Amino acid sequence: MNAGKRNARDAALAGAAVEQSLAADHIPPASRKMLWRERIFKALLIVSLLVGMAVLAILVIDVLSDGLGTLNLSFLTSFPSAFPKNAGIESAITGSLWLMAICAFFVIPVGVAAAIYLEEFADRRRWWNRLIELNIQNLAAVPSIVYGILGLAYLVRGPLDLGRTVLAGGLTLGLLVLPVVVISSREALRAVPGSIREGAMGLGATRWQAIWYQVLPAAIPGISTGAILSLSRAIGETAPLIMVGAATFIAFNPTGLNSAFTALPLQIYNWLSSPQAEFKILAASAIIVLLMMLVAINSVAIIIRNRYEKKW
Amino acid sequence: MSQAGAVKAKADATASVFARSRPRYGELVIRASLVIAALITVLTTVGIVFALASETISFLGEVPLHDFLFGTTWSPLFEPPSYGVIPLVTGTLLTTAIGMIVGIPLGVGSAIYLSEYATSRTRKFFKPILETLAGVPTVVFGYFALTVVTPWLRKIGIEVDAFNALSGGLVIGILIVPTIASISEDALSAVPQGLREASFGLGAGRFQTSLRVVVPAAFSGIIASIVLGASRAIGETMVVLLAAGQRPNLTLDVREPVETMATFIAATGKGDIPTGSLDYKTIFAVGALLFVMTFILNIISTWVVNRYREEYE
Repeated sequence: MNAGKRNARDAALAGAAVEQSLAADHIPPASRKMLWRERIFKALLIVSLLVGMAVLAILVIDVLSDGLGTLNLSFLTSFPSAFPKNAGIESAITGSLWLMAICAFFVIPVGVAAAIYLEEFADRRRWWNRLIELNIQNLAAVPSIVYGILGLAYLVRGPLDLGRTVLAGGLTLGLLVLPVVVISSREALRAVPGSIREGAMGLGATRWQAIWYQVLPAAIPGISTGAILSLSRAIGETAPLIMVGAATFIAFNPTGLNSAFTALPLQIYNWLSSPQAEFKILAASAIIVLLMMLVAINSVAIIIRNRYEKKW
Repeated sequence: MSQAGAVKAKADATASVFARSRPRYGELVIRASLVIAALITVLTTVGIVFALASETISFLGEVPLHDFLFGTTWSPLFEPPSYGVIPLVTGTLLTTAIGMIVGIPLGVGSAIYLSEYATSRTRKFFKPILETLAGVPTVVFGYFALTVVTPWLRKIGIEVDAFNALSGGLVIGILIVPTIASISEDALSAVPQGLREASFGLGAGRFQTSLRVVVPAAFSGIIASIVLGASRAIGETMVVLLAAGQRPNLTLDVREPVETMATFIAATGKGDIPTGSLDYKTIFAVGALLFVMTFILNIISTWVVNRYREEYE
């Protein structure tokens, strides 16, 4: 009688203990040694994440403490100069904006169209469609300097012969981020459920009408988030622009597609490779501007994602 | 009317119900332009391969393949010039190796934490940090290597040159952490929950479960992430261009400056060298070697990733 009661109570206690350990998301280890191993392992894992965080923090603090002093309105509205005191980044900012616009004009239509083909039309059983997919996966991992070589050989010189112009730079960056746009747009299209297409086609829409009037509008938030993020990658790229642009001293804003240009990352690189310490400080100021542009662009992407993305 | 004729007539009638009322040429045009857009991606690859191959072949017409691949002196601007690519390759492998020593433990460790330990709250905190790290332009990392890491190495007593392989390699390691972490985390998260529960049920803790059960089950994915990280490290340009110098240097001493393949391409492409000159062709020859190396790594990585995905679906 008494024993039965005690058993029931023990069982209840044990049950509570199990629940507690599950609630704490922690499996009780068998021994003290194991416990310490658990703790050390977990601590090491956290440290590995904290290193990345610390680097970011040190980077930001260092850039701010070096560059904030020389960051003022005249820095933003002056052209590069041989004298650190007069040098600024107006032509670099306008150059970067031109590059971004050209890149967007090229990569968004092409990237989204390629994604629509692969996601909505392509038959995955055909080898050539699988080849296109594999090719895009691989292009996404080709080093950016190789795109610079491509731009130099075919856009700046060779068949297109555009010269060292902002158009050649923007198109090179466009080719560079094209795989990223295709991959993210495909994911956005895939997230639209098949029932939407079937519903539209059941009401008599053709395949393209279903895509254009139903699928694409539903996928636009996802597509634009991916496209904006890829543009932010594009304006941070330096290596391909060194190959394509290379103009070190541009004291004017681009006036058209055939204009010579500089860009923020290029200007930062030029200042960093100068032996004068004053220019390294200017590089830090330019980095602050570049990072602020990236933060602004990415915030737009995040806002679009959070506000408009539908959950099906 | 013969029987066969009747059957055919019936089949035609059935077909006409389902056939389109009229051919839709507009849709065909749209579809064709979508195909063209997809083909632009293929054309990019073809363009890269063709540009590199044609100039490299013409380069090899002037410099024997054996001298290029196995020569140990790289001095294209000296008289007489020497085109042995080995110092550029060792420079690349040296910075890559340092990067991997840093990047693999940090990346895989971050992935294990995010997948096996993190609650949804800590994930929400750490995940954006990795994404931010991935979004920092490489020229900014170059600034960091040059103005923070190199002085700091000197402060702790490592006598590095102003430009050195060590600080470039260390920062490349940080740079590839997000690449390794995100792909490894996908692989770890794809391991079925049942395996973990079985391991806990046998009395294993999280440490044993992570290292003996989950990591081995996701091993191919983790390898794929590391291979892709190595490919990024080999092709990384700005960090080494700014922090590791531009001296072709056949050395394993990490305190000395080295020139990597990507550094050479960028430093040479910067100048206004005439099309068709031997200097111009060297860019493509070195570029071809870089492309082949990263391409092989990328193929291995995508192959492993695609294979492992099929396993768990």
